[in-house]
Amino acid sequence: MKPAPFDYHAPATLDEAVALLTRLEDEGCDMKIIAGGQSLMPMLALRVARPEALVDLRRLDTLNYIRDDAGTLAIGAMTSKQAAADSALVKRAQPLFHAATELVGHRQIRNRGSVGGSFAHADPASEYPAVALVLDTEFEAVGPDGARTIPADEFFVTYMTTSLETTEVLTAVRFAPFAPQRRWAIQEFARRNGDLALAGVALTLNVDGGLCRDVRIAAFGVEATAVRLTAAEQLLEGQPAQAAQFEQAGKAGAAQLDDPMSCIHASSAYRRHLIGVLTTRALGEAAARTH
Amino acid sequence: MSSKQRIEVRVNGTRYVREVEARLTLADFLRHELSLGGTHVGCEHGICGACTVLINDQSARSCLTLAVQADDCDITTVENLRNPETGALHPIQQSFVDAHGLQCGFCTPGFMMTTLELLRENPDPSDEQIKEALGGNLCRCTGYQSIMDSVRLAAQRMKSSTLG
Repeated sequence: MKPAPFDYHAPATLDEAVALLTRLEDEGCDMKIIAGGQSLMPMLALRVARPEALVDLRRLDTLNYIRDDAGTLAIGAMTSKQAAADSALVKRAQPLFHAATELVGHRQIRNRGSVGGSFAHADPASEYPAVALVLDTEFEAVGPDGARTIPADEFFVTYMTTSLETTEVLTAVRFAPFAPQRRWAIQEFARRNGDLALAGVALTLNVDGGLCRDVRIAAFGVEATAVRLTAAEQLLEGQPAQAAQFEQAGKAGAAQLDDPMSCIHASSAYRRHLIGVLTTRALGEAAARTH
Repeated sequence: MSSKQRIEVRVNGTRYVREVEARLTLADFLRHELSLGGTHVGCEHGICGACTVLINDQSARSCLTLAVQADDCDITTVENLRNPETGALHPIQQSFVDAHGLQCGFCTPGFMMTTLELLRENPDPSDEQIKEALGGNLCRCTGYQSIMDSVRLAAQRMKSSTLG
């Protein structure tokens, strides 16, 4: 349970970090960025990951901020999850992201774990990628060719893989304004408080004259990345925001899943069942939410 | 590979400068380099919470933190709870004793450091808030009820004293 040996670098600036990553890449070094380390450290301890070098972003204070950027909420990648959970601005501006943050791990994990780290880690059981898919989320990254912005639907590629280049550093996540009338919910099922969920659902929708509009539902913990439940979304569009429709949508969402993952804790069929139940519950919760 | 790194940390108010291997966890650093054995190492991958310490006054799992990541940080361990002058136990420690918050004691340092953070932020926590706060610590002996009792008792005592 001890990490295998690795070289360690803690660059002082973002430019230094990118230059270092570029040099290591040119040398053919198998390197890994470490932010809060709350996902990577267990992998190192279990030796599931054995990088030759770690590039630690802990000295990059410029990536630690939460700010309102003309209505867009911008969070620096090295901001801790607890800082996001404690932020009145985050809670007010992005209530779904805030609620998801409180579901991540335990206090000790949120104190150390970074906001950017969970997105870049792209664990399929993580709440964050699903939330990114149902909000208007953009990722900012800096690499040897400069800065670029990546929309959420182009960011998550597959199991623990994003479209970030190995020489790029995720610098910030940006959420477009969340309309005050928009409804939201996140529901997950975990064996114990703070565990990674076996399955979960994050969603947003408008209820306009009693009818569902612009429904976005994403499931996590079931496939290689968080996945939009488009069948459920389409079924609800323009339909009454009522329990019977939510029940139907849950069934449609569960049926749409390709091949939910299976492990000792939950079979594929059980995860599919959970997604149906959680989708129906989350829709009911969102529709009942008063602002 | 594994070149040594120079770190400077303040642990329980004392400054230490050491050369450490990059892969050394903070938990092992505290135990083996500084001989502070109160921080217990259970699962070594972030599940059990026995190794909980405070880093810059925030609870953290010292097995999920590299010693090099603690460079330039203030670390508080369970050894710092007892009053250094009188030797008296901290109200949290005394409450764990009085309310039978431990049997084998392996998990106890982690529970107490988690409790310290909780009661500093929230001197009068509800049962729900205590459960939420303790969720990241595992105990295989007590069944948790006596730990809940201990935290409630500690909260009561810390409110009615200037200690803590």
